[in-house]
Amino acid sequence: MSTGLLTLIILALATFGMVAGRARAVASAGGDIRRLHSLPTFYGRFAALLAAVPAFLLVIVWLLAQPVFIENRALSLISPADIPQGSSDTLVMSDVRRIAGGLDQLAARGADLAPLVTDAPALKAALNAAGVALQNEPAPSVIAAAQALRAMQSTSRLIMTGVALVLAVAGLGWGLSRVRPEFRARNATESFSMWLLIGCSLVAVLTTVGIVASLVFETAHFFRLYPAKDFFFSTTWNPQFRGGSSLGIWPLVWGTLYVSAIALVVAVPVGLMSAVYLAEYASKKTRSWVKPAIEILAGIPTIVYGLFALITVGPLLRDWIAQPAGLGDSSSSVMTAGLVMGIMVIPFVSSLSDDIINAVPQSLRDGSLGLGATPSETVRQVVLPAALPGIVGAVLLAASRAIGETMIVVMGAGAAAKLSLNPFEAMTTVTVKIVSQLTGDTEFASPETLVAFALGLTLFTLTLGLNILALYIVRKYREQYE
Amino acid sequence: MKDLVMETRVDAQTVKIEARKAQVFYGQNHAIKDVDVDILDKTVTAFIGPSGCGKSTFLRCLNRMNDTIPGCRVEGKITLEGEDIYDARVDPVQLRAKVGMVFQKPNPFPKSIYDNVAYGPKIHGLTRNKAELDEVVEACLRKAALWNEVKDRLQTPGTGLSGGQQQRLCIARAIATSPEVLLMDEPCSALDPIATAQVEELIDELRSQFSVVIVTHSMQQAARVSQRTAFFHLGNLVEYGETGQIFTNPRDPRTESYITGRIG
Ligand SMILES: Nc1ncnc2c1ncn2[C@@H]1O[C@H](COP(=O)(O)OP(=O)(O)OP(=O)(O)O)[C@@H](O)[C@H]1O
Ligand SMILES: [Mg+2]
Repeated sequence: MSTGLLTLIILALATFGMVAGRARAVASAGGDIRRLHSLPTFYGRFAALLAAVPAFLLVIVWLLAQPVFIENRALSLISPADIPQGSSDTLVMSDVRRIAGGLDQLAARGADLAPLVTDAPALKAALNAAGVALQNEPAPSVIAAAQALRAMQSTSRLIMTGVALVLAVAGLGWGLSRVRPEFRARNATESFSMWLLIGCSLVAVLTTVGIVASLVFETAHFFRLYPAKDFFFSTTWNPQFRGGSSLGIWPLVWGTLYVSAIALVVAVPVGLMSAVYLAEYASKKTRSWVKPAIEILAGIPTIVYGLFALITVGPLLRDWIAQPAGLGDSSSSVMTAGLVMGIMVIPFVSSLSDDIINAVPQSLRDGSLGLGATPSETVRQVVLPAALPGIVGAVLLAASRAIGETMIVVMGAGAAAKLSLNPFEAMTTVTVKIVSQLTGDTEFASPETLVAFALGLTLFTLTLGLNILALYIVRKYREQYE
Repeated sequence: MKDLVMETRVDAQTVKIEARKAQVFYGQNHAIKDVDVDILDKTVTAFIGPSGCGKSTFLRCLNRMNDTIPGCRVEGKITLEGEDIYDARVDPVQLRAKVGMVFQKPNPFPKSIYDNVAYGPKIHGLTRNKAELDEVVEACLRKAALWNEVKDRLQTPGTGLSGGQQQRLCIARAIATSPEVLLMDEPCSALDPIATAQVEELIDELRSQFSVVIVTHSMQQAARVSQRTAFFHLGNLVEYGETGQIFTNPRDPRTESYITGRIG
């Protein structure tokens, strides 16, 4: 039975529980719903939740856990001799999975599998015909593993379907059996929903933990292959795919910080001032079209900004500033990328700050104006300080956007990792290097590719630090301004 | 005896603010209708009337705070020392420095207590150095009967005070700017009887330098602190005169029913 069909059956059972629970509740009260502790729908909802939630949880957990168990068992069937030189368990297992999938397809078409599984060349041909391309003829133990995988998958699927259906029916029956006028169905559904909400937030938290854990794990792997000392203290970034590369992170971190700093120097004043204009001075009519117009900036794809940097801003800066001032003759430069990125993040600063400034109570403005302050004094001395925590948040959001930006940097600042103070020189950032280390034909075994994880972790630490700083600032000013 | 003294003084006063046929509209809502009032210098004037009758609205006209409300329109003529305050040449910022205001709801700035009071003197450059500013802050906080409660925590946020303390902070902040007229919108509504008595004392003291207009819901307070009283009802100025006369011998039946508690 397919998962889709199973889902439908469970949903049908839940719907039945909804209707039946309701009807039973009304009947148990002799038609007078005032005798019930809760409204009839709550009894229905209770039965429906009991029917659906445990069954679905089981299906989800089962589907997540199944591959781990089954594939380990299948892997144990493969004889070590069949794992080719230079390959690994995971690569062979992916072959096993593809063969198993191909066999499923063939079986679905009604092909006779018995002769194929003993004849590797024929199997390869048949699978190729079915659209599953194999590089070489599979070894007998690989084929056996694939067959075992298929068998285990189908039994596991069968057991899962059975258990899920039993759970759903049992839940439904139990839920219905508890319907009595004095049963507090409203409270029961309430706590049910609470657990559901807790579960959902747990998913988000666990995902984050999982991502960080995998980053840390792979980074540790990288540091086993490449000395941490060189990574953190070397100032050259020069990956060689033949080996012997130097992977010092500083040129990349420097480039990231330099570009982001220029972007913020552009975006914060412009964004903040336009926010002040919109919130404090603009008429309603002006505001209603200026604000969306600024927000459009946030909707432009970054590749378009990149084009703009590459074709317009870069050459312009080179011809009018860098060359006349003797600061270099490259059209890709930190300045180009920083300026364009600054424009991109203006709406992050302005739109959020505008909302925050608007949330400052009018009574504070009145108080200041009533003392004979001008509107701009009021903004500077009362409104902005009151809005500061929120504004800091907006700026840091813009900063994280800038630090994580890739496309504009590739097209505007180039890809050369350099440690330099000259803003008209080409430099590059962490994100760009992550992309370039991972593109192309690579496998995750050499330090040159694994360094991507270390870079990712560095980036993550950088933004995390920024967020903590933001929290600290916000809290500090909260204390002062609340 | 005290009454006699006051009355002789009142007669000697010049008119500070004069309103003629003042009208206020909030969009379509005609909130103030044909109000004529002469507010005298060095006098406390009380505005009384039922809730929603337009006391705050009219008070806000006197320093153009209504400018900040979108859709609010003021017509008629209001003059401060003979000068039309709604004239295009008048700078509302300067006007508000001369006509200070304490609002109905306390609105301390999210700054320290000290900075709240120092705000006006700083932006208007009223003091020459820090020592002088310290003196002004202390004097104003003392006048507003708040000094003893806050003298040890001048650097803590003004928003951390209790509601009544916040209101007294706002009073201190308003008098620190040394206005010529002080408009107070229900300054004592959040205060306990002791603080109320202190603020009333302050109002009486301020009368020697400023002209004070106070909105109040307390008849006793109006009778205690003011020399003149204006009774508003549904946007109209029903009666305006000597406080003693309004309370003992009102001319309009609506005034009489209000002060005896029959119009709510
Ligand atoms: N900002 C505003 N926008 C629209 N209408 C307003 C506004 N402020 C006041 N009004 C209206 O103007 C009228 C007078 O209000 P106002 O605040 O002056 O009353 P008040 O006499 O001060 O009452 P209270 O004693 O309750 O403070 C009311 O009908 C009110 O609805
Ligand atoms: Mg009012």
